[in-house]
Amino acid sequence: MIEITHEPIDTAALLRAVESNLAGAAVLFLGTTREVTGDRRTRSLVYEAYEAMARQKMAELAEEASRRWPLTGSALVHRLGELGLGEASVAIAVSSPHRCDAFEAGQWLIDTLKEVVPIWKQENWADGTCEWVHPGQPPSPTGGLAESAAGSAPAEPHAEGAHPANPASNES
Amino acid sequence: MKVEVKLFAVAKQLAGADTAVVELADASTVADLRAALARTYPPLAPTLASVVFAVNAAYADEQTRLHPHDEIACIPPVSGG
Repeated sequence: MIEITHEPIDTAALLRAVESNLAGAAVLFLGTTREVTGDRRTRSLVYEAYEAMARQKMAELAEEASRRWPLTGSALVHRLGELGLGEASVAIAVSSPHRCDAFEAGQWLIDTLKEVVPIWKQENWADGTCEWVHPGQPPSPTGGLAESAAGSAPAEPHAEGAHPANPASNES
Repeated sequence: MKVEVKLFAVAKQLAGADTAVVELADASTVADLRAALARTYPPLAPTLASVVFAVNAAYADEQTRLHPHDEIACIPPVSGG
């Protein structure tokens, strides 16, 4: 199950997709919209993607995970559009005969998704400013789109990610 | 040859369009495209040093040759998840 959707993610569907009588463990990871980053507050996140390539990359990741770990199922779903606080932007489910492999594969899948899949998030800050999050690139006047007249101070990315050419460790 | 480049996120915002069109010599490479974009779309110039390009939905390097009907995309540092 590989999906890019504009609707809320149906997490039960991911778990159903990885069900197997050969599985002894199923792990579900959700990346959710966090309100507080440093001393700034988020109002919402807006995600966009190069959809065809993103879907292809997600499928490649699922295949690679199945080569690296003895998985009995994998499911990756990313949501696009505007997400409110607490809503899940990404969901990954994996199942395997033993839990260790499911945890490791799930961690690898989210880490690698954040490094290579062409999806971007825009922070809508509670102070009325908004900016695209481009890890490894300091926010700049040209990168931040100020909706209000207030000067926007450089902000930490909402959640760390990476450039395909510059992988960095990250965690939602 | 004329090529179209899909723009996303900050690149789309800076260019004010979701597609850029540039004229390139035949057998041009991604490196030539990067230079042509900076000339044709000056607002994009500051961000071009940190983007990569995808050709036919696969990440390309600077030496990748471009063809008239390739699907080309400008990929700023990704931030999904």
